[in-house]
Amino acid sequence: MAFVTANWNPLGEAFYRKIELYEMGWNLKDGLRECLVAAAPYGGPIALLKEPQRRSPSVRPQLEIYSSSGVAMASFPWKSGVVKQLGWTVCDDLLCIQEDGTVLIYDLFGNFKRHFSMGNEVGQSQVVEAKVFHSPYGTGVAIVTGASRFTLATNIDDLKLRRLPEVPGLQGAPTCWAVLTQDRQSKVLVATGADLFILDYTSPPGLSPQATSIVHMCVSFSYKYLALFTDSGHLWMGTANLKEKLSEVETKVRNPPKQMAWCRRPKSQQPSVVIMWDGHILVAGECKNTISYHLEGVSILVPELDGVRIINGTHHELLQEVPASCEEIFKIASMAPGALLLEAHKEYEAASFGKCFLSNFPPEPFVSMCRDLRVLNAVRDYTVGIPLTHTQFKQMTVQVLIDRLVYRKLYPLAIEICRYLKTPEYQGVSRVLKHWACCKVQQKEEADEVIARAISLKLGEAAGISYSEIATKAYECGRTELAIKLLEFEPRSGEQVPLLLKMKRSQLALSKAIESGDTDLVYTVVTYLKNEMNRGDFFMTLRNQPVALSLYRQFCKHQEQDTLKDLFNQDDDHQELGNFYVKASYKEKAQIGHLQSAVDEYNKAKNEFAAKATEEEMRLLRFQKKLEEEKGESLVGFSLHDTIRTLLAVGLHKHAEQLYKDFRVPDKRYWWLKLTALAEKEDWEEIEKFAKSKKSPIGYLPFVEICVKHHNKYEAKKYVSRVTPEQKVKAHLAVGDLEGAADAAIERRNDGEISTVLSRCSPSTDRALVERLNRAKATAAKK
Amino acid sequence: MAAHLSYGRVNLNILREAARKELREFLDKCAGSKAIVWDEYLTGPFGLIAQYSLLKEHEVEKMFTLKGGRVPPADVKNIIFFVRPRLELMDIIAENLQPPREFHILFVPRRSLLCEQRLKEQGVLNSFTNIDEYILDLIPYDGDLLSMESESAFRECYLENDQTSLYHTAKGLMTLQALYGTIPQIFGKGECARHVANMMLRMKREFAGSQNQILPVFDTLLLLDRNVDLLTPLATQLTYEGLIDEIYGITNGYVKLPPEKFAQKKPGEGGKDLPTEPKKLQLNSAEELYAEIRDKNFNAVGAALSKKAKIISAAFEERHNAKTVGEIKQFVSQLPHMQAARNSLANHTSIAELIKDITTSEVFFDNLTVEQEFMTGVDTDKVNTYIEDCISRKDPLIKILRLVCMQSVCNNGLKQKVLDHYKREILQTYGYEHILTLNNLEKVGLLKPQTTTRNNYPTIRKTLKLWMEDANEQNPNDISYVYSGYAPLSVRLTQLLARPGWRSIEEVLKMLPGPHFEERQQLPTGLHKKRQQGENRTTLVFFLGGVTYAEIAALRFLSQMEDGGTEYVIATTKLINGTSWIKSLMDRPEPF
Repeated sequence: MAFVTANWNPLGEAFYRKIELYEMGWNLKDGLRECLVAAAPYGGPIALLKEPQRRSPSVRPQLEIYSSSGVAMASFPWKSGVVKQLGWTVCDDLLCIQEDGTVLIYDLFGNFKRHFSMGNEVGQSQVVEAKVFHSPYGTGVAIVTGASRFTLATNIDDLKLRRLPEVPGLQGAPTCWAVLTQDRQSKVLVATGADLFILDYTSPPGLSPQATSIVHMCVSFSYKYLALFTDSGHLWMGTANLKEKLSEVETKVRNPPKQMAWCRRPKSQQPSVVIMWDGHILVAGECKNTISYHLEGVSILVPELDGVRIINGTHHELLQEVPASCEEIFKIASMAPGALLLEAHKEYEAASFGKCFLSNFPPEPFVSMCRDLRVLNAVRDYTVGIPLTHTQFKQMTVQVLIDRLVYRKLYPLAIEICRYLKTPEYQGVSRVLKHWACCKVQQKEEADEVIARAISLKLGEAAGISYSEIATKAYECGRTELAIKLLEFEPRSGEQVPLLLKMKRSQLALSKAIESGDTDLVYTVVTYLKNEMNRGDFFMTLRNQPVALSLYRQFCKHQEQDTLKDLFNQDDDHQELGNFYVKASYKEKAQIGHLQSAVDEYNKAKNEFAAKATEEEMRLLRFQKKLEEEKGESLVGFSLHDTIRTLLAVGLHKHAEQLYKDFRVPDKRYWWLKLTALAEKEDWEEIEKFAKSKKSPIGYLPFVEICVKHHNKYEAKKYVSRVTPEQKVKAHLAVGDLEGAADAAIERRNDGEISTVLSRCSPSTDRALVERLNRAKATAAKK
Repeated sequence: MAAHLSYGRVNLNILREAARKELREFLDKCAGSKAIVWDEYLTGPFGLIAQYSLLKEHEVEKMFTLKGGRVPPADVKNIIFFVRPRLELMDIIAENLQPPREFHILFVPRRSLLCEQRLKEQGVLNSFTNIDEYILDLIPYDGDLLSMESESAFRECYLENDQTSLYHTAKGLMTLQALYGTIPQIFGKGECARHVANMMLRMKREFAGSQNQILPVFDTLLLLDRNVDLLTPLATQLTYEGLIDEIYGITNGYVKLPPEKFAQKKPGEGGKDLPTEPKKLQLNSAEELYAEIRDKNFNAVGAALSKKAKIISAAFEERHNAKTVGEIKQFVSQLPHMQAARNSLANHTSIAELIKDITTSEVFFDNLTVEQEFMTGVDTDKVNTYIEDCISRKDPLIKILRLVCMQSVCNNGLKQKVLDHYKREILQTYGYEHILTLNNLEKVGLLKPQTTTRNNYPTIRKTLKLWMEDANEQNPNDISYVYSGYAPLSVRLTQLLARPGWRSIEEVLKMLPGPHFEERQQLPTGLHKKRQQGENRTTLVFFLGGVTYAEIAALRFLSQMEDGGTEYVIATTKLINGTSWIKSLMDRPEPF
């Protein structure tokens, strides 16, 4: 403990320290000499390609993949073209960029995944230099060709190549370049001589005049800052938008550095850059002084969010600005609470001792920090080899860390961490198990049965497992039977359907779709079946699945009328066929023909009523057509009722009578009909004749009312006397004869009726009449 | 803005806010100025979620109605189609596309593979930058009311065997549970209810592990098939709101009224400029007076209005008592509220007058008399002369159909002879094409020939006390006040479920169609509710296939009963009345 500060070096206000992460587990004969090296950020894996230029088929270069602690994960001879650059994607895939512009992708274990090209025009001029970069949009690749043309792909998973414009006045290769992401765009920053190009010609503010050429540059992890190294030995530091200069330091070293990296943590005290030459590195910040370290053998710098990792043939170190909290605790003569607590701890050996005295301090941060530290210690372990700092861990999130562990097939550890951090099962344990299962199905040597059982056993209890994803994986590996077995475990039937269709298990897909209740899914399968099968089989399939059949009928009703008919035919559904023809008869010209078909179908369906009604309809239609021809009256489309009414209105009484008899219209209805029609014509004479023709089946109140309705009280009065006693009061009132109404009501001694008449009396009514009514009411009530 | 949604037992504003948030997120996905092309059907339901102002805040500059041809010119970067997933709409969209603009589709309530396939066949699928779904299943309609506003749900489920709307129902209930916690108890009656419950339980299994940790707000969910109670919607509703709906029709919370009664009377102008546009009013519990009278029997509305009038004029009289500056200031500060109350009173007095003209008419009275005869079981087995007379007079067909169906339901089917007579009368009078409609009504069970089994409606009526002779319209003591005597079967079932439980009516339940069931959903430990002494239970009643305003009124009455013990939140596929319901089942609908 006492020596914590021994390796601290002051630089301006801040301290820097270099601490050893691992003694590397690998055994490299020549260290990193003549190696292409790529180390992924966030303590990611390291790839080495030894002697990449070697082309003889007898001695191929070896590609090796290690964890950060140097534990071998893969190794294989490189058989493809000359590799210019290695790099890692955000998902821990290895990118190998060849000089012909082809990019090959391998997974963590050296399995080839796929390849893509950075463009045809690369071919002849060849890739001179390439860079792999990360942005919010994923992993990108940038190359520069022998013809000094730049090509850029921002996201290799959604490949869109952008060929950048030529750098004006550029003779030969640019001195150096870097990729930066600004305003949601990836740009290349090119230096030629002392000039910098983005798209516009620009030069950094306040660059020392002695410099005649920028020989090296680097962009910070966050793309916010840029550092330039000039042939005069000056290091310029500023913002990446070139608007602001932060500092400039003279290093007194004139030869170009081998590598440069920002060494800056979030909320850092000062900007600082690590510059590497053969044999030593330099940390430069705001002040004139620099820190210098000696280097053992060939090394590479790996920029991180909050420092720089340095890897050489034997060791792996972290160089960083000492974090503020560490500084507070360990700085000599520090009186910060943390420092005091540490002292106390030394005396009493109780780390959380002081916490008990803080009443207002919520315990959560303490607990979660302890948890985080335990997790970090676990993944930093030599066997795992992910040397994350706490800052990096917080930035990358648990989710991503779990992913990384899963990529390394460290399933048990991943699950332990999920459980320990109480990650919801859905995002945690279940996800890990799914990956495990996806890996399991690829084990070709084991039988389907065994794998399926093993998977269901392990995943059985876990919630939210997507079995269909695992099944898809199995199917992709050519194990259809296993895939079907696995799908059985999938609780979301909707998820099973697409894969089942892909595997041509369409019948099963259909039942699963129906099970899900999602009708859109059923439709999808049905459409698929329709295209796959011949019509007969298709109909048979539907027949066994009533839900699908009704949905398909719905579809046909709107889209394919003819198919609908075929469907009904196939099912011998004569009732529906009848309805179908009835509908058709309203849409198409051949009305009678369609109706006849409808009658036939209704008969087959033993629907006597419908058959008869439709026959009637045909009869009416024929009658209407005939009359239209003879008399020129437009009748087609009218109901029987309206036809008779029209006939009466135009005085074709005989024809109306004929329809009344032919169609056996009930008397009551016919009387209503005729009465209304005549009243509309105000043919009072005819009405009177009609009333006298025989005893009215509807009584005579309607006669009174309809006359009143047509404002003819005189005619109305003619019928009042013929109204039945029960309706007398109503009839008298209708024609406005209050006295008559009163007489009728009193005669019938009906309480309700007397009240009705009374309610019609107004102040102007004869007093005697009112009294008479009141008296009658009293007697009626007594009764 | 929608404060009335949060007044109830369950704060439904949470649901509305969630829907609004999702809408905003989608709009922001399409950066820049935009125009929305609407599937006309959606504008009403969307109005309940967001006004134009919200859209405007997110750079929506123009709105069009989706129709054939090209989108009208608009100087915007994005064109967004808000559509239901229907194939015919996809074809129209394909016609509408005209670069160079960015196109987007928002499917409501769910995206559809079938539609995307169609767009692909039309060769336009790749023209869209975003294809998204806006999950709008249950729309908060009022403080205690959710509706899916799905017009044809009943027709699809019971006539066409298309259960799409039930899938949406189940999904909607899952969304609801995500916001308000898992509902521990599910009861149901009917085939569709069973189907929805099955889907819910399945979906719960599917989402296992991702379930939320929210203390459940609802204690019970009751799923009811509309076809368990076919009678209630056929009867004329007699509550204030019910009558407004019966007579003028309420759509998406708005009613359009004849303008004459609402003319502003200005001295000296005479009656010259009568407004011709219908008066459009929003009806919900945000309006204090409306909340007070909406569920009353119409016969009790007059008294309530005049009482209110007295209170308001008394409040205005207060100004004479205001002597000090402070008092005057206080009076003035209350003015806006008082004026709003006075406007509201004026509006509802006018509406009540309009309705009164109709309810006091002979036609209305005769119709109601026949309805009540049927409901009490008088002469339901014979041809009814009133119906015959109505046909003879060629009264509106839907009125006839409502009555005939009601007779059939109250008689557990009609004698073949009677049924055929009615059918024949209808076909001859209104046209033979209605054979299709009659066929539909038979398929859903609204009309049916009597089979040998005896009429069990009287048993159901007696056991469930569906007819109460002494219904008190002014100060009700039973739900039967909403139909002046008839207690809606659906609500009676709900009431009996709460107390004493369905076990007491097993026999009757068996007479009603479909299975009845009970399911329990496991709650995560620690989420079991500890009920306070005297705290009411909350039940969500879901009507599959529609609910009437009178039924809602009856449930609200139960919620307010002092010793009721249960408060109800109501959800449905669509708010219906007899007319709109029958209309949805017709094959060649005619204007009512």
